Amino acid sequence: MFEVVSNDILAPSLHRMVVRAPRVAASRKPGQFVIVRSAAGEERIPLTIGDADNAAGTITLFIQAIGASTRMIVAIPAGGFLRDVAGPLGLPTHIEQWGRVACIGGGVGTAVLYPLAKALAEAGNDVTTIIGGRADAYIILKDELSAFSREVLVTTEDGSMGRKGFVTAELADLMANPDTCPRAVFAIGPVPMMRAVAELTRPLGITTIVSLNPIMIDGTGMCGGCRVLVGGQPKFACVDGPEFDGHQVDFENLFDRLSTYRSHEAADCKLNRQVQP
Amino acid sequence: MTTPMTTKERLAIDRVRMPELAATIRSTNFEEVNRGLEADDAIREAQRCIQCKNRQCVEGCPVGVSIPEFIGLLAENDLPGAARILQHDNALPAVCGRVCPQETQCEAKCVRGIKGEAVAIGYLERFVADWAMENAAQLSTEPLPPATGKKVAVVGCGPAGLTAAGELARAGHGVVIFEALHDTGGVLRYGIPEFRLPKAIIDVEVDRLRALGVEIECNVIIGKTLTLAQLRQEFDAVFIANGAGLPTMLNIAGENLKGVYSANEYLTRVNLMGAGRQADASTPIIKGRNVAVIGGGNTAMDCVRTARRLGAERAMIIYRRSEAEMPARVEEIKHAKEEGVEFLMLTAPVAILSEGDGWAASLRCQRMELGEPDASGRRKPVPVEGAQYDIPADVVVNAVGTGANPLLTATAPDLDLNKWGNIVADESGLTNLEGVFAGGDIVRGGATVILAMGDGKQAAAAISEFLA
Repeated sequence: MFEVVSNDILAPSLHRMVVRAPRVAASRKPGQFVIVRSAAGEERIPLTIGDADNAAGTITLFIQAIGASTRMIVAIPAGGFLRDVAGPLGLPTHIEQWGRVACIGGGVGTAVLYPLAKALAEAGNDVTTIIGGRADAYIILKDELSAFSREVLVTTEDGSMGRKGFVTAELADLMANPDTCPRAVFAIGPVPMMRAVAELTRPLGITTIVSLNPIMIDGTGMCGGCRVLVGGQPKFACVDGPEFDGHQVDFENLFDRLSTYRSHEAADCKLNRQVQP
Repeated sequence: MTTPMTTKERLAIDRVRMPELAATIRSTNFEEVNRGLEADDAIREAQRCIQCKNRQCVEGCPVGVSIPEFIGLLAENDLPGAARILQHDNALPAVCGRVCPQETQCEAKCVRGIKGEAVAIGYLERFVADWAMENAAQLSTEPLPPATGKKVAVVGCGPAGLTAAGELARAGHGVVIFEALHDTGGVLRYGIPEFRLPKAIIDVEVDRLRALGVEIECNVIIGKTLTLAQLRQEFDAVFIANGAGLPTMLNIAGENLKGVYSANEYLTRVNLMGAGRQADASTPIIKGRNVAVIGGGNTAMDCVRTARRLGAERAMIIYRRSEAEMPARVEEIKHAKEEGVEFLMLTAPVAILSEGDGWAASLRCQRMELGEPDASGRRKPVPVEGAQYDIPADVVVNAVGTGANPLLTATAPDLDLNKWGNIVADESGLTNLEGVFAGGDIVRGGATVILAMGDGKQAAAAISEFLA
């Protein structure tokens, strides 16, 4: 059992949860994730480790409540418990001295981006951060990211904060100017956003790293449920990733595979609404 | 008192038959197929054992169960006595009585099998183990030697790890098992279906090990949460038994379509997570009307029989050789056929096709014929030119095998591996690192539960010697 130390709401249906998991806190590196199961009988779902405090023995998880299982997890109050937390899993982010880098986060992806951007900055990179969301209420971690970013650029689809439009518009502007053009781009968010970023950087050959979010069960490489096509080859995101070269990823296939259980999810959510009106 | 039976009287008894749930009923649920023997039948079967002096059956058992001794006590209706012997020799007797291929192990060596049918050792093991579980209160707790003060880490809570843990605890060592998943049992839990091995049995057998003082920590992934180097610092010895859980890909077109599973994923969803099996399970599974399972081993049989129980109208085995070459147990093949599974022999998958919506719709097959024997002595299947055809398949399960999972070994660069990524260990299980032993599928590649248990037993003996 893993104690929930705190649970607060950052944005509509987006929670930040601090969980006591000393072993995970001690061994985790940026880019890694955990598999969480809220209670007996519940499913296993992957969540990125947003941050960790080794001294306190805690990890920070950012959870967007989008289905039955994530709703159940965010409903656990401080003082409550998660049944299972296994990790850290996946390969850590490959951190290099790139010089100027752009870190791009969309929606809850911003939370996944945070530890990575922080590690890049700590390694001496000059980090420009671009974060986007549907509206101002969905823009998260702006201040936290500002602490180590040269600049945090914000875009919203409805124009309620920052520039109206998508994160790709800001990235295009950065790329247009040789003085601001990044040597490497890290993009984390919805599949269409990561694909758009990869397409934008491809002609200039700018290294583009994306963090993929396929369906997972065990998270240890034993089932291949999370397989993605990278450079035409099947890779297991849980052990070979979750970060891959965005120019090599078959986003179409990833997007399609993510819809495998959509009808099951819909049924689950409906059930959930019936018991919790 | 009755007079002891003569050998002639013993030889006159016919081998008992295992009662089974009717195929029409069982193919719609996950209840255990083999129902177990009644006490009278078990005792009568035990009387068939002629208690021969050379004990060939024990030689055939990888964990060396004292077979004539436990059967002898059972024949005299001394169930506590039989149970004590069995539980001492075997960490998981109720499991072995169900999933061991006795026909190629202990029963293959039975003297009575030379002219007639072997004693049903597996059935009797199961009967005694099940009796012991139901009557645990009648059995005295096992006395343990004084604690040695030595600590042993066991990596993996599957058959090899559980067996080693039981033996090590009996030797007085402090044992901690580290398990990556959230529950115990390894392949017994996530791989072997409920209809062959009810999960409640694993719980009871594991609890018995806990009663011996074995500690089990789930959600700890060695190689990630902790490294082998850390374990070596904290423990006096380590036994690695993390299995061969890495699916081999088919490498054919369409493998990434929706509805295509590895056997490990398909079985894990159903067995470990309860998908399609427990009404309240939140893990989903695509059930499929036409399910094609590729492979001919026990895993393939487990998948295809599971597919039938999830409601598949056609559940098919696709195998590139003929039935004679199938590695699955004869009993599993028989049960699958009774349950309406179709066997498409000499058939190799070429591609998985969709109707353009991202879902598997059919399997393109190549007709094969048997050619010359290959290096292993098996006749090699070769394609029949031009003989390709499509069969409908909305779910395709790949059960062609698994390899060594590199999760642990990737962070233990000084551990010797062979070219397949398996850990190199000597006959006692010792690796190239002092105090580090390994066994089960991580050393052998995909093998059987009982061979893994044999490795666990052998390694435990070697570890005790190392710690002495």
